[in-house]
Amino acid sequence: MVALTLLVMASAFPFYWAIVSSFTPESRLFQSPPLFPADLVLDHYRTLFNERNFWVPVRNSLIVAGTTTAFCVAIGGLCAYALARLEFRGKSLLLGVILAVGMFPQISVVSPLYLVLRQLRLINTYPGLILPYLTFAMPLTIWLLVGFFRQLPAELEEAAMVDGASRLRAFREVIVPLALPGLATTAILTFVYSWNEFLFALSFTLGPERQTVPVAIALFRGQYQVPWGQILAAAIVATAPVTLLVLAFQRRIVQGLTAGAVKG
Amino acid sequence: MSVSESEGLLRGADPIRGVERQEARLAWGLVLPAVGTILLVALFPLAWTVWESVHLHDLRMPWLGRPFIGAANYLEALGDPRFWGALGHTAFFAATSVGLELILGLGLALAMNRAFRGRGLVRAAILVPWAIPTVVAGLLWRFMFAGEGGIVNETLLDLGLLREPLVWFIEAETAWVPVILADVWKTTPFVALLLLAGLQNIDASLYEAARIDGAAAWGQFRHVTLPLLKPAILVALIFRTLDAFRVFDLVYALTGGGPGTSTEPIALYTFNALLQNLRFGYGSALSVIVFAITFGLALIYIRLLGAELTGSKR
Amino acid sequence: MAAVRLEGISKTYPNGHVAVRGLDLEIGDGEFMVLVGPSGCGKSTVLRMIAGLETPTGGRMLIGDRDVTALPPQERDIAMVFQSYALYPHMTVRENLGFGLRMRGATRPVIAERVEEASRVLGLAAVLDRKPAQLSGGQRQRVALGRAIVREPKVFLFDEPLSNLDAKLRVETRAELARLHRRLKATAVYVTHDQEEAMTLGGRVAVLRDGYLQQAAPPMELYRRPANRFVAGFVGSPEMNFLPGDILGAAAPGPGLTLGVRPHDLAIVAAGAGDLDAWVDVVEPRGSELLLYLRLGADRAGAELRVITAPEPPIEVERVVGVAFDRARLHWFEPESGQRVEVSR
Ligand SMILES: Nc1ncnc2c1ncn2[C@@H]1O[C@H](COP(=O)(O)OP(=O)(O)O)[C@@H](O)[C@H]1O
Ligand SMILES: [Mg+2]
Repeated sequence: MVALTLLVMASAFPFYWAIVSSFTPESRLFQSPPLFPADLVLDHYRTLFNERNFWVPVRNSLIVAGTTTAFCVAIGGLCAYALARLEFRGKSLLLGVILAVGMFPQISVVSPLYLVLRQLRLINTYPGLILPYLTFAMPLTIWLLVGFFRQLPAELEEAAMVDGASRLRAFREVIVPLALPGLATTAILTFVYSWNEFLFALSFTLGPERQTVPVAIALFRGQYQVPWGQILAAAIVATAPVTLLVLAFQRRIVQGLTAGAVKG
Repeated sequence: MSVSESEGLLRGADPIRGVERQEARLAWGLVLPAVGTILLVALFPLAWTVWESVHLHDLRMPWLGRPFIGAANYLEALGDPRFWGALGHTAFFAATSVGLELILGLGLALAMNRAFRGRGLVRAAILVPWAIPTVVAGLLWRFMFAGEGGIVNETLLDLGLLREPLVWFIEAETAWVPVILADVWKTTPFVALLLLAGLQNIDASLYEAARIDGAAAWGQFRHVTLPLLKPAILVALIFRTLDAFRVFDLVYALTGGGPGTSTEPIALYTFNALLQNLRFGYGSALSVIVFAITFGLALIYIRLLGAELTGSKR
Repeated sequence: MAAVRLEGISKTYPNGHVAVRGLDLEIGDGEFMVLVGPSGCGKSTVLRMIAGLETPTGGRMLIGDRDVTALPPQERDIAMVFQSYALYPHMTVRENLGFGLRMRGATRPVIAERVEEASRVLGLAAVLDRKPAQLSGGQRQRVALGRAIVREPKVFLFDEPLSNLDAKLRVETRAELARLHRRLKATAVYVTHDQEEAMTLGGRVAVLRDGYLQQAAPPMELYRRPANRFVAGFVGSPEMNFLPGDILGAAAPGPGLTLGVRPHDLAIVAAGAGDLDAWVDVVEPRGSELLLYLRLGADRAGAELRVITAPEPPIEVERVVGVAFDRARLHWFEPESGQRVEVSR
C-alpha cells in the first residue's frame, strides 16, 4: 500500500511539477522553487496563445488525428469484421502481415514517403501527414477491432441471419451496436497514438502553419534561452486532451491495450 | 459410375462451392480498402526503401543522379563508427530500460493484483504517463534535470547526495540517466497493465491449492505465478524491446543525441542521414537495417501469439 | 409448412474433422423430429446445415420442393432457437420478437399485431419493454421461442433449447412445447442429448452416433425394437443390460449373440425359482419403484444386472435372489456389428 502510494506519487510528480512551473514566472523557474508556490501567474499561457499562436498546432493536431481516426475506424472496421468472422483463404497470412506492418519501425519508411510526398507536393499539408499516419494507425485499428469483434458471440449474428438479415445487415443491426464500446475504445486509442506521433510530423512539415502539437513544442526556441515557461504551458495543453480521454475511458482502454496481447 | 449418379454429384457439389466463393468474395470486398491502404502507404514504401538503399541518392547533389551502387551503402554503414555507436546506444538503451521496466512492472502488477480500495485511481495515475506524447515526456524530464537550479539538482543537493550541482547533459554517462528514467517512468505502467491482465487470468484456486500443498508466498510466486505469467512476460518483453529499438522522440527531446553523438540511437542517426544530410541512399540503407532487426523480433512475436489469435472462429 | 429432405448430407470441417457422414433423413410436413445422441455426435452440425449456417460438404438438401443446399440462411424461411438463446442484448423484448418480421419487410402494424399475439401466448406481455438482461432464465427462453413463432416459418429448428433451465422448469417447458407444436402443426427439428426429452417430445426420433444415423423411428418403436446395441443402450433409463447370450441356455436364437434385456423386463423371484440366481449388491429406492444392482455368478464377480422392481415386498441387500426374464421382451444383437437379430415368433 505504501509502495503503491509512492509509485502513484512518482508517476504524478513530473506533471505536478510541470503544472506548478507553468504558472511560475520565468525568472524564478530555476531558483529553488518551493514545492507549494504561492504566487502563480498566467503569463506563459498568455504568451503561448497570443504571441506563439499555439492554437495553430492544436488545430492541426485535431484535424490530422481526427481524420486519421475516422478513416481508420470506418475502413478498418469492415476489414476487422471480415477477419474476425468470415472464412476465406489467406486470412491468417493477412492478419500476420497487418500485425507485422503495425510493428515495423516508422523510420524505415521515412525516406520513400518523403520522396513521394515531395513529388506530389504534399509536404507541409494535412494529407501529407494523414497518409503516413495510416501506416501505423490502420494496423492498430484493425488489430484492436478484430479482438473486439471476436468477443461478441457468433450466435447473435447467426440468429440475425436466420431471422432474415443478410451478413451486412446483421453486421449493421447487431454487431455494430454491440461493438460500440469497442469501436469507441479503438477510436480513442487511435486518436491518442496519432495525436502523440512525432517522427512523421517532424519529417513531413516545414513550418509552424502545419506543425502538430508535439513538433511545435519540441521546436520551441527563445531568443537567448530555452523558454521553459512556455514549453511547460504548451506541454500541459498538449497532454490535457489525451489525459482527459484516458481518465474518462481508463477501464476500456486497459481492456483494449491488453486484449490480444495476453489472451486471444 | 453411372451418368445420372455423376450428375447428382455435380449438382450437389457445385452450389456448395458457390456459397464458399460468395463468402470469400464478400470478405475480400470488406478487407480490400484497408488492405489496399496498407499496401499503398506501408508495403510499397518499404519496398522502395530497399530500392533506394542500393542506389546513390543525395538530394544535395542532384547532378549525380541516382545510379545503382549495389551494396556500397551497406558496406559504408559497416565501416561507419557513428553507425556502430548508434546501434550500441540503441541496444544499451533497450536492455537497460526494458530490464528495469519489467522488474518494476512486475512488482507494480503484483501489488495492483491485490484487491484494494482506490485501484481505479492507481490505474488512472499510471495510465497518464503512458498516454502523453513522448516528446512532452522527454521535455518534462529535461526540465527537471535542467540548469543548476532544477528540481533534481536541488533535491540531490538538499539530500547531500551531491556537493555541487551537476550539469547532466554535458557527459554521456550522466546524460543517459534522464533518458532511461523518462522511459521507465513513461512505459512501466504499460508493462504493469499487461502483466496485471496476465495475473488476473490466473485461477485464484491455484493459489489456494498451492497453499494447501504448503507453499509459502515465495513458493507460490515461484511455482504458480511465474510459470503461468510467462506468456504475458514474454509479450511485454517483446513489445517493449521492439519499441525501445526504434526510440526517437524521447532522445530527440531530451539530449538531441548529445553530447556529440554519445546518446544518439539508430533511428535518430537514420533521421539525420535522411533529413539533415539529405543522403537518401545511405539513410535508406540504415532504415533497412533497423527494419531487419525489428522484423526479426516481430517474427518471434507472431510465432508466439499469431497462432492463438488467428485460430478458427468457434 | 414444408417437409425437409436430407439426401446423403456430409460435413467435413475445414480442420478435417468429419462431423456428419452421408445422412439421409426425411422430415415430413408438420412432423416433430428429434435428433438425439451423445455430445459431439454431430447433432448441432446437422441442425446448422438445415439452417444454412454451415454448408454441407456433400449431398443435397430440400425444404419443400426447393433445393436449399446453397442458399444462405436468410433465404430459407426457417426459425431457430439457440441453446444460448442468442437474444439481441441491445434490443427490448418487443424489438427482439419483431426483428425477424422487420428483416422480412413486414409493415409496422403487422409486426405490432403478431408481437402482441405471441407475447400473449407466451405470457410475455408484461416484459415487452425490458431488455434481455432484465429477464429471468425462463423468460429469456420464452422470448427465444417467441422470436421463432412470430415469424410463422416453414421449419422450426431447436438446438438444446431447454438445457439452460432448471429441472422443474425444463419439464414444464417440455410439455408446453408439445402443446405449442400441436397447435401450430409446424415442421420442427429438435436437437437434444437427453434421451428422455427426445422420447417425450418426438413424433420421430433420429439417433446419431459419430456422424452416422443409427435409427430414425417413433419413440416406442425405438424402445421396443432398437436397430442396434448402441440405440438399445442409449434409449431407455436405466440402461438396458447386456449379457452373453448363452446365459439363458437354449433360449438364444443363435450361437455367440449378445442378449439385451431392460431392467423393467426382469422380475425378482425366490432364489432358485427364476432363470438365474444373483446377489443383491445395492438397492436404490426411487419412490414408485426400486432399482437393484445385482451381481451374477457364484463368486459374485460376474456381470452386473440392473433390475426395476416394485417397492413391496422390500428387498434386502447382500442376499441371494432369483431373477426371471420376460421371454417376450428379449433383444438379441450380433456381437461384432451390434446389429439387431430379429427372432421370428
Ligand atoms: N467449426 C468447427 N470446426 C471443427 N470441428 C467442429 C466445428 N464445430 C463442431 N466441430 C466438431 O464436430 C463434432 C460435432 O459437433 P456438434 O455437431 O456440435 O456436436 P453435438 O451438437 O452433437 O454435440 C464435434 O466433435 C465437434 O468438436
Ligand atoms: Mg450441440
